[in-house]
Formats: sequence, C-alpha cells, structure tokens
Amino acid sequence: MTQKIPVEKFNIVGIDNSKNDQLAKKSVSFWSEVWHRFSHNKLAIVGLIIITIVALMAIFVPWLSPYKYSDVLGNFNHPPSAKNWFGTDDLGRDVFTRVWYGARISLFIGLSAAIIDLIIGVAWGSIAGLAGGRVDDIMMRIADVLTAVPYLLVVIILLVVMQPGLLPMIIALSITGWVNMARIVRGEVLSIKNQEYVLAARTLGGRTGHLIMRHLVPNALGAIIVTMTLTIPSAIFTESFLSYIGLGVSQPQASWGTMASEGNNAIDTAPWRLIFPALFISVTIFAFNAIGDGLRDALDPKLRK
Amino acid sequence: MINYLLKRLAYILVALFVIVTITFFLMRIAPGSPFASEKNFPPEITAQLNAQYGLDNPWYVQYKDYLVQTAKLDFGQSMKYKDRSTNDMISESFPVSLTLGIEAMLLAVGLGVLIGVVSALYHNKFPDYLATTIAVLGISVPSFILAGLLQYFIGLKLHWLPIGGWDGFKYSILPALAIAFTHMGFIAKLTRSSMLEQNHSEYVKMARAKGLGKWTTVFKHTLRNALLPVVTYLGPLTAGVVTGSFIVEQIFAIPGLGKYFVTSITNRDYTVIMGTTVFYSIILLFAVLLVDILYSVIDPRIKFKGAKKS
Repeated sequence: MTQKIPVEKFNIVGIDNSKNDQLAKKSVSFWSEVWHRFSHNKLAIVGLIIITIVALMAIFVPWLSPYKYSDVLGNFNHPPSAKNWFGTDDLGRDVFTRVWYGARISLFIGLSAAIIDLIIGVAWGSIAGLAGGRVDDIMMRIADVLTAVPYLLVVIILLVVMQPGLLPMIIALSITGWVNMARIVRGEVLSIKNQEYVLAARTLGGRTGHLIMRHLVPNALGAIIVTMTLTIPSAIFTESFLSYIGLGVSQPQASWGTMASEGNNAIDTAPWRLIFPALFISVTIFAFNAIGDGLRDALDPKLRK
Repeated sequence: MINYLLKRLAYILVALFVIVTITFFLMRIAPGSPFASEKNFPPEITAQLNAQYGLDNPWYVQYKDYLVQTAKLDFGQSMKYKDRSTNDMISESFPVSLTLGIEAMLLAVGLGVLIGVVSALYHNKFPDYLATTIAVLGISVPSFILAGLLQYFIGLKLHWLPIGGWDGFKYSILPALAIAFTHMGFIAKLTRSSMLEQNHSEYVKMARAKGLGKWTTVFKHTLRNALLPVVTYLGPLTAGVVTGSFIVEQIFAIPGLGKYFVTSITNRDYTVIMGTTVFYSIILLFAVLLVDILYSVIDPRIKFKGAKKS
C-alpha cells in the first residue's frame, strides 16, 4: 500500500556548517549549578542575608550612628530608648554603636583567621599529599602533634605569652587552626593526584607549583570553600570566648565577648547589656554555619542531577 | 591489640613531652612576673623569691628540674598563693569539675541522641522541624552566652534553680545544661543524618516488614548502627566539656578546676597555668585513646591500624 511520492516534492535545504558546534541548550556551568542549588536552600539564603546586613552595618556604623564606641554620654545603664536603641552601659556608652563596632572586630578576626588558615592549610596539605612517602609522613605527624592539645588551650597559652590584642589573637587562632584545612586538602589531593589529567600535565612537564595551582586547587575548591566558611564561625566563637575571659581586645574597644562578659556582671540591673551582644554572637554564628552547610550541600557532587 | 596500645602510649608520651617543652619555654618568654603586683620589693626579697622558686638557675637547669618534676606528676607550688601547690588545687577542685563534666556529657549524649532519633523518625514533619530548630539553636548559642541567659531567666526571674554556687545536685543543673547545649546540638545533627541514612537500608525495611514497631526497630536495629558517628564525636566532646567548664564554672561561681585555671591566667600564676595545662592534656589524650578503643569494641569491622601489621 505504499504511495509513491514524486521526486519533485523534495527539495534540498542544505547544511549550514558553521552551526555544527552549537549546543542546543545554553550550557550550565558548574558554578551556576551550585548557585542554583544554593539559592533553593532557604536556611542558607537567610544566613547570607544576615551576614550581608551585619557586614554592611559594621562597615557603615561610623556614618550611621551619631556616637562613637568610646563616647561617654553621661546617662549610665539606661534601658533601650529612642535615643539609645539598645540602651547604654555602666560608663554611659551607646550599646547599639558598640555592638556594631564589635561586629567589625568579630568579622575581621573571623575573615583573617580563615584566610591565613586557607593559605597555610592549602600549601601544607597539597605539598604533603603530592610528595607522599616520608615527607607526607613527617608533615602529617607535625599536624597530629599540633592537634593533640585542644585548640582553645593552645590559644589561651599563646595569648598569655603575647599581650592580648587584635594581632596576637589572629596569630594564636591561626597557629593551629590551619591543621584541619591541611588534612582536608591532603585528602582531596590524594584522591585527585592519581587521575589521568594530572599524569598528563606531569608528562607535559608541568612543575609542582603549576600542578597545585592549575589542577589540584581548582578541583579541591569545593571542599576548601566549605571548610573556610565553617572556620569563620569557630574563629568568631573563639574570639568572643577569649574576650570573655579577658584575653581579647582591650578597652575602650568593643568586642562582643567583652560586652557579654561585662553584661553578665550587670545582669540583674541592666539585662540588655548581655542580651544584645549575645543575640548578635549567636545570630552571626548561626548565619555562617547555615551558609557553610548550604554550600556543602550545593557543592556535593553526589547530589548533582 | 597490645602492639597498638603500646604504639598509642608512646605517641601520647611524645605529644606530652612536646606540650611540656612548649609550655615551659612559652612561660619563660612571657612578659610580666607573678610578683609584679607587689612592686615595691627591695631587690633582696625579689632575689630571695626567685631563689625559692628556682628562677635564678640557668634555663637548662630549670627545664631539667621541670621535666623531672612533671614526670613525677608534681606540678609545683603556686607563685601567687603561698603554701599552695598545684597538685592540692587539682585534687581539691577536679572532682567538682569531673562531676559537672560527666553530668554535662550524659545530658549532651542522651538528649542529643533522643532529639536526633525523633527528628529522623518524623522526617520533614513538625517534630523534625522542632528538633532541628533546637539543634541549630544549640550549635549557634555559645555556652557562656547560654550560661548568662539561663542565670537571668531561670535563676533570677523564675527562681526555679539557684544562680550560683556548688551545694548539691540542684546547683549543677544549669551549668551542666549550659556546657552540654552546644554539643547536644551537634550530636542531634549527627544522629539525625546517620539515622536517615540507615533508614534506607535493607535491614530496616526487613525489620519493619516483619512487623516490628517503629520504636522497637530503632532501639533493636537502627540505633546501634547509627551511633557510630556519635562515638567518634566523644573525643571532641570531652575537649569541649573541659574548655566549656572554664567560663561556665566562673559564671556560676563553682569551685572547679576550670575556674582556677582562668583565675591563674588573670594572675599570671605561671606554675599553675603550666601544671593545669599539662594535666588537661593528659586527660584529653587518654580520653581520645579510650574513644578509639571503644570505637573498635562497638564496631568489630574496624581494625586497629597497628594490629594489622603484626
């Protein structure tokens, strides 16, 4: 029952060879996929918004607040009012202003600790992982000994020796903080280094530095970013902890830890002096943790569809 | 097993030696003297004090003396309080800290596992959201903040529990809760995710198909497998409970070791700082060893690294 179609009905359309390589759909890069997954995580987005607000307030507080953190206003232990939104402390300083100046210190310490950890940890971990053998053994044993003592104990001892302050705090935080990052990077490197493209790069004469920067770090980037985001809240926590026991920044500078510590002593007369710094420490730690968890879920290739 | 233990013990000794050496040299270069608060001493008295504490010896003699003393577990005399040795302080105050610490650990593990199990069983339902919120709160609120808030709301406003001191069980509830809360959050999170993972496995489906109830399955089957990550967390938990006690004991005016440690830092009482640090390190190193042994007892699939070779 075939019907014959006359040849005239067909005509040649021709091929446009220039479009051979074009993709039917716009390709989705790895990072836009990550962002897609991240932006669907409500908790992580809330965290991102909180951190943005805290960071903006911390940066712009000198222009937004009529007072300085060390200004003595003359009304002591005043409860929150229209003039002093978060009340005043026992020296008559505006708690609202001091909270945001405290945010500066906390964020600064959190970020610098994370960056120093990143630099030392990535270098240490990737060298140990790449070199392997005895070098790896020795480097990792050193890391083991450093983690044998609890982190806070080391930091406390170091701060007793160096005079308390911003720089000693950052040094003390990063002196053992990088070990965790080094471990994770080493693990990633060990799993990556035996893959073909690394071998290819090596055969083509790539030097170790080139291998680390061009091949290993980009592939371990996910794990590195997550570890870094989760370092920040722990550094912020440690800073407020140390400030609380009097090893942090000195007066009249404001830090969330010192404010909470002073607030705790005045808890029956001026509870707002504890509650506001407490709220901001907790909210900030929460926000960074939420972002870190969100990033981990977004970067985990097991969840890729 | 014996090989493994010996190896671990040797490793602990090396770590302790490094810790003792580092604290010794750090304390030597530390600025400020413990006698600084009494500045107007005639030079003779300062010399006398230095001689009494051996501070006039050259550093290698002091270092040797210190190593020998520490090996005998003698942590020296306090520089601030006359006739008080660090050992006295530890034996006096450590039992208090130990009681509080054990209570906090039981609270953290018990409540944490319970919350984790509940949220895994009611995955994505109301109890799950409630439990996750509690866990997130626990992770976000530092112990010293929680201590202050508990003191204010439960102690001062509601008068339910005493706000400070150390005189029986009632006095330990709030501080233990303050120390435990963060770790409870972590444990709940760990339990929840590993329970969810286990719930997909065949043996759980099998147990449910046999007609076992929800909770019986949890306690007879799932929990045993799901608890492994929690056991791994016991090491960090011990460290966390120790460091948590520093501030919490001070806030609640509990005469424990943590409080003395913080006081000795403010006083720059070097012998006490060194002694307590070494003491804490010993406890923590052995706690980690204990956790590792416990880990392999619970899960026979885990082999000791050292034992494999022999």
